[in-house]
Amino acid sequence: MHSIPGRRLIMGLFLIFLLLPIYWLVNMSFKTNAEIVSTMTLWPHAPTLQHYKRIFTDESWYSGYINSLEYVVLNTIISISVALPAAYAFSRYRFLGDKHLFFWLLSNRMAPAAVYALPFFNLYSAIGLFDTPWAVALAHCIFNVPLAVWILEGFVSGVPREIDETAFLDGYSFPRFFIKILVPLIASGIGVAAFFCFMFSWVELLLARTLTSVSAKPIAAIMTRTVSAAGMDWGLLAAAGVLTIIPGALVIWFVRNYIASGFALGRV
Amino acid sequence: MDKTVNQKAWFLVLPVFLVVAFSAVLPLMTVVNYSMQDTFGNNQFFWNGVGWFKELLDPSTDLGGRFLASLGRNLFFSLVILAIEVPLGIVIALSMPRQGWTVAACLVILALPLLIPWNVVGTIWQIFGRPDIGLMGYVLNHIGLDYNYVSNDIDAWVTVIVMDVWHWTSLVALLCYAGLKSIPEAYYQAAQIDGASRWAVFKAIQLPKMNRVLLIAVLLRFMDSFMIYTEPFVVTGGGPGNSTTFVSIELVKIALGQFDLGKAAALSLVYNLIILIVCWIFYTVMTNAGAERKPQEGAA
Repeated sequence: MHSIPGRRLIMGLFLIFLLLPIYWLVNMSFKTNAEIVSTMTLWPHAPTLQHYKRIFTDESWYSGYINSLEYVVLNTIISISVALPAAYAFSRYRFLGDKHLFFWLLSNRMAPAAVYALPFFNLYSAIGLFDTPWAVALAHCIFNVPLAVWILEGFVSGVPREIDETAFLDGYSFPRFFIKILVPLIASGIGVAAFFCFMFSWVELLLARTLTSVSAKPIAAIMTRTVSAAGMDWGLLAAAGVLTIIPGALVIWFVRNYIASGFALGRV
Repeated sequence: MDKTVNQKAWFLVLPVFLVVAFSAVLPLMTVVNYSMQDTFGNNQFFWNGVGWFKELLDPSTDLGGRFLASLGRNLFFSLVILAIEVPLGIVIALSMPRQGWTVAACLVILALPLLIPWNVVGTIWQIFGRPDIGLMGYVLNHIGLDYNYVSNDIDAWVTVIVMDVWHWTSLVALLCYAGLKSIPEAYYQAAQIDGASRWAVFKAIQLPKMNRVLLIAVLLRFMDSFMIYTEPFVVTGGGPGNSTTFVSIELVKIALGQFDLGKAAALSLVYNLIILIVCWIFYTVMTNAGAERKPQEGAA
């Protein structure tokens, strides 16, 4: 009753459509460049780890991963910690300009990154944060903070108000109530919000590339270096690409049981 | 549940307000400032008033022609991907297995493209579509299609659209799946007793339950496709010619490529304004839908 005829076939075909391009990338990352350019092979006939070895031994390559993870983690922590109290306020109270403020926040989630690239460059250069993970982490707040507020507001609204009132009657102060009672109650919501912050910060490149030059360059920007005078180093490019997929795949694996409720942003 | 009026709640919102104001309002002020001026380099600026805005909205000038053309391309792109991704996403959500380990497996694979950095998405399709080393390009050329996304406009468009469908249909599907999961079993049993057809179940039970999440999906997809930059930039670089140059690509070309700050800033403001209007329409529809739902719940 729930599903439609031929659902296995549809699902199977769609999953193949999703996986085929990724398989092709993985396949290429294990081939030598000679094999990639000269023949069309469906699997690596002379599998090699040379591209991965190069990435793991060359500091200019692997530091890119560390830089990326650094600003992603920073951004997730900042976004969640400022969004939590705000989500509580939006969920529980009415105050002057609340609706307008909420819309303003939401509209920032939708603002095109290209608009902000240049002004951000000026702003963060002026305050001396250019080329640090902080610059990228703060810049990514512009779309992650509104999203985190939005998601968490849904989860806080799911907590019955009686719980707040009982806690305050029991003599809990507001900060203590917040940390001891509310946060554990919406732990899965915080997980979901953190997942989304991680996701959007990890995949964004335009701002991350504009705000860094040498010491905080994200891996995604380093990948563009594979174009050299000797032509494209396709194998290396593919290997670097595969390695950028792995953190995301790990995060999905950890939250797989929450994906469905998480994507509804706590408000179905 | 009525909310209590409490102005002290502003203290809880203050951190968010400060963080977002710092990274949104300050830069936007710079943009407004630039949009009224012209620069010839060397940090020399000249007052230009609303000159750039006039040029921007006049298709006969170079700037206006480029802006309106890329805007048209971008709107067309957004409509095409919405027309494909929304129905496909619903079908995929309805095709999800009911229980067992396959559910988790499908969810993980569906979510995978969403967590790939956008330029890597571009790289994947750049490689996949190449006639010499990519599976798709190779196969298409061998079954007799003359496919080459670098030189042919239509092939470039098809590649960019297929790439977006690959990248984002999962988001729509996962949102719809979350909506479907919230339908109590009793609804289906009632429908079965009434002898409702498959289509009737979809129309009367499943679609209304998916309404809210679908609205979120359409909003997110429209906005993100309207500001798409990285993926088409990596695959086609906006070409061949200008055929896949979307608004963001045009903007970055003017701002960071030519360093034409005044023009870029004016374009940014108009671009932002369009997005703000569309966002406001969606927000109003969404809050109204929520307001209509509440009394019904109270009555039930």
